[in-house]
Amino acid sequence: MAGSTESSSHRLDRRLLIERLSSRWLQGAGYFAIALFALIVLALLYQSLPLLSEYSLVQALTSSNWDPAQNQFGFLPAIVGTIYVTALTMAMGTPIAILAAIYIAEYAEGRAKTLVSSFIDVLAAIPSVIFGLVALIVVVPVVGDYLAPAVGSSATGLGIFTVSLVMAIVVTPFMISLSVESLEALPDELRESSLGVGATKWETIRSVLLRAAGPGIFSAVLLGFGRVFGATIVPAMLIGGQTHLPSSPFATGQTLPTLIVNDFGELMSLPLTQSALIFVGLMLVVVVWLFNFTAMFVRRRLQRRWQY
Amino acid sequence: MDRYAKGRLFGLLARGAAALVVAVMVLVVAVTIYRGGRVFLTDPVIAFTPPGSRYMLEGDGGFLHAVLGSLFIVVPATVVSAVLAVSTAIYLQSDYSSERFSDLVNMFLNVLWGTPPIVYGVFVLTIIIAIGARTSLFFGIIAIAIFQYPIMTRYTDEALRSAPETVKEATYGLGGTRFEAALMTFRAALPGIIAGIIMGFARGIGDAATVLFTTGRSTNMPGGLFEGATTLPVLIFDQAMSFNAEVRSHAYAASFVLIVAVLALIIVSKLLAGRYARYAPGGRHS
Repeated sequence: MAGSTESSSHRLDRRLLIERLSSRWLQGAGYFAIALFALIVLALLYQSLPLLSEYSLVQALTSSNWDPAQNQFGFLPAIVGTIYVTALTMAMGTPIAILAAIYIAEYAEGRAKTLVSSFIDVLAAIPSVIFGLVALIVVVPVVGDYLAPAVGSSATGLGIFTVSLVMAIVVTPFMISLSVESLEALPDELRESSLGVGATKWETIRSVLLRAAGPGIFSAVLLGFGRVFGATIVPAMLIGGQTHLPSSPFATGQTLPTLIVNDFGELMSLPLTQSALIFVGLMLVVVVWLFNFTAMFVRRRLQRRWQY
Repeated sequence: MDRYAKGRLFGLLARGAAALVVAVMVLVVAVTIYRGGRVFLTDPVIAFTPPGSRYMLEGDGGFLHAVLGSLFIVVPATVVSAVLAVSTAIYLQSDYSSERFSDLVNMFLNVLWGTPPIVYGVFVLTIIIAIGARTSLFFGIIAIAIFQYPIMTRYTDEALRSAPETVKEATYGLGGTRFEAALMTFRAALPGIIAGIIMGFARGIGDAATVLFTTGRSTNMPGGLFEGATTLPVLIFDQAMSFNAEVRSHAYAASFVLIVAVLALIIVSKLLAGRYARYAPGGRHS
């Protein structure tokens, strides 16, 4: 009898020990996300300091002269290129993404719905380098031979427009699946009551569902924006890699991420170039995180305003 | 235009948009499989042949180094990342943390989830510079693991969230500790968690921007943990820029291997999630 209580108290001790140890470990894992976030900012900031002590921030951001060999670090061409690409991509991708999401959530039924949404899941998981490779043989010749001459611009097919078109393809499935999620989360009573007072299906979608799912769709678009902004491989393969201010949508150019990729070879030898390229990484982080936090904030605000 | 015509018009537009997206997806996969399959299937040996000494210039030999590099980098990274991701998700889900703290961590996880992969690459690069090391396989593993961490945490969190609350309550009712309750919830959510880990693996194997700066884009066979290496996406990226037609054709063969691997992983993940959902307590089809 005594032996059995002893062994059971021994077992309880062991269970409690496991409980305490696992609690420590899990707590550590919880803090890991925050620690990683802080470490990324600090590491990038620390390595950008050599550049920032040498040049003023305003000067670096507004100068269009990028020549690392001459210690000239003007980020304006890359910034303009990035804005160009992001704006064009979002202009092409957003309407299609929202319409396709409406189709999946509201129109499609049964097998068609499963089929289309699993196609879109697959599209979202295809590595971006494959999009770049396919674009090299499909999109680049079309843009270079037909589209660019049609608007009176001579180009090889590599350039801002090509990148934007391909990035629109890369980013739409991502925006679609997030938008579908928020449309499908809406209660059916919303649809029923709107249809019940005589609205057509489209009127229901436009004035009721898009508004109720608005916060979710809005943050899907902002997250898509972040994706395009930080996209690396597709722009590096298709933009042409020339650091100048782009003169037309069909011109070659540079985005912030491709600046890092294209000048990486010179990086190790020149400490100031190294610092400049790491500073580009810092800019990417700050802008993308700013957008993410804005998305979260606006989402909360809109949720309160467009309550149903 | 009356309101019914308007409704029909927008219905058509929505259908058209979805059809366009599906068509593009079919086009991308078809071109990759057709172009890559033509090169790869006529000479499948190139995926199992080590590269020659002038591989990137003339395309002698094959790209075994990138296939192995991908495996040696992404498999360990997935293991490390899965352990961390599952731990974080369990911490957020169960009774270890306060609601406010788990909201805070969730916010940071969302932000990490939206961070472009190149940032992780540059971040690991700053570590390499700071400790004076050289780019190598090891840092590739770290970069990919960091990249996968928010993705897998998100999937795991979703899986745990959909596990029935009764499992946890029953464990507490029997006098279980918090850890034992978490373990039971973990078991109930296991299919979803495994599906999420496979998705994370698929994302990791397809990403180039994180390893571009961290592994050294070596053109030799991977020699050790602290030697240079390369992965399939990085190799494809380098080959696509080549002036040699033979090297460029290898890029299509490599992308065939990559897309087949990624598609297979996604299908396995979907099947797992669908199949085991039936057996999990309180699962979707029970």
